Amino acid sequence: MTTKLFGTKVPRVEDDRLLRGQGRYVGDVFSGQDALHAAVLRSPHAHARILDIDVEPVLDVEGVVAVYTYDDLEDAMGEPLPLLIPHPTLTHGRTQYALAKDEVNYAGEAVAFVVATDRYVAEDAVARIRVRYEPLPAVVGIAASRAAEHLVHDDVPGNVGARMEQHNGDAPAEIAKAPHTLTLDLDVERSACTPLEGRGVAARWDPDQQRLQVWSSTQTATGVRAAVAAKLGLDLRAVDVITPDVGGGFGVKINHPWPEELLVPLAAMRLGRPVSYVEDRREHFVASAHERAQVQHIEVGFDDEGRLLGLDVMFWHDHGAYTPYGLIVPIITSTQLLGPYKPRAYRVVFESIYTNTVIVTPYRGAGRPQGVYAMERTMDAIAAYLGKDRTEVRAVNFIQPDEFPYEHGLVFQDGRPLTYDSGDYPASLEKIKQLVGWDEFPQYRKEMAAQGRRVGIGLACYVEGTGVGPYEGAHVHIETSGKVKVATGLTSQGQGHQTVFAQLVADELGVRFEDVEVVTGDTRRMPYAVGTFASRAAVMSGSAIHLAAKRAKEKALRIAAEALEADVDDLEITDGVVSVKGAPGASISLGTVAVLSNPLRYAFDEASKSATQFAVGDPDKPPVAPGEEPGLEGKDFYSPERSTFASGMHAVIVETDPDTAEITILKYAVVHDCGHLINPMIVEGQIHGGVAQGVGGALYERMVYDENGQLQNASFMDFLMPYVSEVPETIDIDHLETPSPLNPLGIKGAGEAGVIPSAALFASAIEDAEGIEITAMPISPSDLFTLREEHR
Amino acid sequence: MSEELHEITLRVNGHDHAVAVPARRLLSDALRLDLGLTGTHVGCEHGVCGACTVLLDGAPTRACLMFAVSAVEAEITTVEGLSQPDGSLGPVQQAFKDCHGLQCGFCTPGFLTTITAGLEENPHPTRDEAREMVGGNLCRCTGYQNIVAAVLKAAELR
Repeated sequence: MTTKLFGTKVPRVEDDRLLRGQGRYVGDVFSGQDALHAAVLRSPHAHARILDIDVEPVLDVEGVVAVYTYDDLEDAMGEPLPLLIPHPTLTHGRTQYALAKDEVNYAGEAVAFVVATDRYVAEDAVARIRVRYEPLPAVVGIAASRAAEHLVHDDVPGNVGARMEQHNGDAPAEIAKAPHTLTLDLDVERSACTPLEGRGVAARWDPDQQRLQVWSSTQTATGVRAAVAAKLGLDLRAVDVITPDVGGGFGVKINHPWPEELLVPLAAMRLGRPVSYVEDRREHFVASAHERAQVQHIEVGFDDEGRLLGLDVMFWHDHGAYTPYGLIVPIITSTQLLGPYKPRAYRVVFESIYTNTVIVTPYRGAGRPQGVYAMERTMDAIAAYLGKDRTEVRAVNFIQPDEFPYEHGLVFQDGRPLTYDSGDYPASLEKIKQLVGWDEFPQYRKEMAAQGRRVGIGLACYVEGTGVGPYEGAHVHIETSGKVKVATGLTSQGQGHQTVFAQLVADELGVRFEDVEVVTGDTRRMPYAVGTFASRAAVMSGSAIHLAAKRAKEKALRIAAEALEADVDDLEITDGVVSVKGAPGASISLGTVAVLSNPLRYAFDEASKSATQFAVGDPDKPPVAPGEEPGLEGKDFYSPERSTFASGMHAVIVETDPDTAEITILKYAVVHDCGHLINPMIVEGQIHGGVAQGVGGALYERMVYDENGQLQNASFMDFLMPYVSEVPETIDIDHLETPSPLNPLGIKGAGEAGVIPSAALFASAIEDAEGIEITAMPISPSDLFTLREEHR
Repeated sequence: MSEELHEITLRVNGHDHAVAVPARRLLSDALRLDLGLTGTHVGCEHGVCGACTVLLDGAPTRACLMFAVSAVEAEITTVEGLSQPDGSLGPVQQAFKDCHGLQCGFCTPGFLTTITAGLEENPHPTRDEAREMVGGNLCRCTGYQNIVAAVLKAAELR
C-alpha cells in the first residue's frame, strides 16, 4: 500500500453485497423468523376531532395480537413527540402524539396501531377499526394559512408558529436611496425526498437481559436511541439501535422519532416478541414529511452595475401540521439565500406557518433550493432590468477570494456566525461559462431559431454550509490479525461511506484497503454521534476517523519502536508492516504490534504467546505503562467551531417546444467546489443523483393537495419522479478544489450540491427561451402553455 | 375465520421451494418472507418503480403485481440467481460495480434482472436502446447516467 487512495476512484466495498441481493434492509431483519407485523390506521381527514374509536371488531380477527390507541399509551408515551430543535422564535411549536389524541391535523396522521401475525392480517384489522370524526375546516396552502380564517391549532393565533428576523445593515434605507429598485414575488411548491425504501423499524425485546434492540431505516441511530429510551422509560444502556442498509434517505429519515419508531419497540416489549413495521408507498406520501413550499417577497435596490445595495426579503414557509424539526429549513433559506454574494445591507424576515398537511422537515438541500431560487431570480431580474449579461451582474456581487473568511453578520442554522471559510467564485464562474459555452450561446440560439427551434440558457450559483456540528467520533481498532475495524456513529444511506472512510484509514495507517472494515450507525460500536444530514458525513466522520487512525498509528509506532529498538521518527508503515526506513530487515507487522499492545496472561494462539508474562516486558515495570491502555486502538472526535462552505454553479441549455411547451434539456453543466475530493467517482455520483432530483423538483414533482387537504397524487403513478427519460443524458462536471481550513483533510460536503440550484436554474433558462418572467416553480409543460396564453 | 392455505412449489434460481401460502400472498412477499430471498425489494407495491422485478421464464415481471400461487408453473430468477456458477459477479452485476451504477442498492435488484433480460433480447444495444431498456425502473440515487453506462458495459462483458 504505497499509493495514496485519497483522491482516487476506489471501487465501492459496499457493492458486492448489494449486487448479490445480500443487502440487509430493515424489512429483511426478521425474514424467516417468527416476527409480528404492524399496520397503522391513519386519519382520512386533514382536520377533525376524534369523537370515538371502536376497536371491538378487530379483536375477532384471527391473527391480531394487539391494537393500541392513544388510551393505551402511558407516561412519556402519552406526551407529544419531542420538538427536536427548539428556537426562541418558535413561540408556537407543536408536535403530534405517537397516536392521535382527540384531534387530527393532517390526512395520514397515526390514529391506531395494530400488531398481527402478518401484514396482510394487520391491514385487514386496520380496516375494521371504527372511528367517529367531527370534521373541521382544513387549512391548505400558504394563502389560506396566512388568511387565518380557520386555525390549524386553536391555540396558535394566525397559524404562525414562528416569526424570525435577521439583518445586517439597514436594507430598507439602502433600498430607499438606491438608484434602481425591483420587487419580486415568487412561489415554490411542495416536493419530497421519496427514497425508494420508505420508513421502517423492527424491534426485539430480550426479557432475560432486559434489553431492547431496534433496527430503523434512519439517518440517526443515536437520536433514535435517545428518543426510544426516554419515551419508553428505559436506561440508555438498555437500548441498542442498529442502522441496517438504508434504501435512500435524502433528509426524511433524519426526523425522529417517528410514531412507529416508538410504537414498534413498545409492542415488542409488551408482547415479548419481535415486531416489524415497513410503511407502504402511500404511507410514505401521507405520513412521512415533505418540503420546499414557500412564498417569497423580495425588494432589492442596486446601482448601475447591478451591485446589491439593499436586499429585503420576506417569506412564508409552510411547515405543515407540526414542527418536530423546528425552524431549520427556513433558517437555512434565510441565510443561504445570500449565496456567493455580498449585499451592502440585508434583511430577512420569515414566518413559519401551519397548514393541515404533512409535516415539513429537511429534504436534500433543506431550504437552500428556495433561498437560491430567491437570490438567483433576483440576479436575473436585475440583469434584465439593466440590460446586462446575467453573468456580469453576478460577478460584480461576488465575495472575492481574498475576502475569506467572510462574515455575513448573521447566525446560521448551527447557532454559529454565518462565516464562509473559503471559496473562489470568480474562478467557478469562468469554468462554468467555458463548460456550458455561455459566450457562444447567442450564435447557437440564432442557428436553432433558423430551424424553428426555441432554446434558452440558464445559470445559478449557490453556497452550501456543510459539515455542521456539533461533532462526530470514530474508533479504530487494529486486531492481532492486522485487520482494522473502524466504527463511526453516523449512518449511511447509500453514499459509500464504508469506502471513503476505509480510504482515509488505509492512507493514514499504511494498511491495505481490503483490511479495513467500517461500521456506521450502530450504537453498540459508537454510542456518541449525531447523524447524517447537511452534507456532513465526510467532513465530520471523515475527519474524526482520520484523527482516530492517527492516534492508533502513533501508538503502533511507539510499541514498534520499542520492539525494533529504533526511533519512532525512523519508522514507516507499508502494507500493514512497520519497518525501519532504509533497513528492510528490521520490521514488525501491525498484527504483532497489536499482540504486544495487550499484555496477556493466557495465550490463545501461536502469535499471542509472545505477549504472555514470561515472554515480554520489563519485570520491574507495570505491564501496561502509565498513561497507556491495552490494545491497539485509537479513538477521537472532531468538533469544528463552525460549518465549512462548499459552493458551485450549474448551467443548463433547454429547448421549449413552440407548440406543446415541452421542456427538453440539451446540455447540463456543473462546476463544483467541495474542497479536496476523497473519491471523485462517489462525489460525481452524488452530483448525478442530485441533479436528477433537481430536475424532478423543477419540472415534474409537486404535492397536489385539494382544498380538503387530501393529497391527490400519493403514488408513483401520479407523483412524477424522473425516470431515465427525464434526466440529462450526460452531465459535464468540472471540479474546483478550494480546501477548507477548518478540518485536517481540507474537505467540504458534497451530498446535496446537485439539487440546490435546480429551481433557479430552470426558471432562468426557460425565461431566457420564452421571454416570459418565471415566478413559480416547478413548471410543467401545461404551466408553460398557460403562461404563454396569458402573455399573448 | 382462518385463511385457506395453498401448498405450492415455487421454482426459484433452479431450486424447488415448497410453501403454503394464502391465495392473496404476493409473489414479492412469498420470495422475501417465505423463501427468505430478500434481495427482491418492494418500493411501491403498485408496479411503477420496478424494484421488485424478477424474471419469469426469462421475462421481467413485477413480483408485487402477481400472486405467488400464479407463479407455480414458472422458472423464477431473482437477483440472487444472477451470479456466475463459480460465485463471482455476473456480467450485469460486475458492470454496475465498474460503472458506479448503484448507491443505496434498493432499486438495484430490479435493474439487474431487467437488464439481464434486456441483453438476452438485444445483446448489443445502442446508447438509446440502453436507455430504453431501463426506462421503466425508478432510481432516486444515481441519476441514471451510470446505470446506462453499466448497460453498455454489461453488453461488453457478456
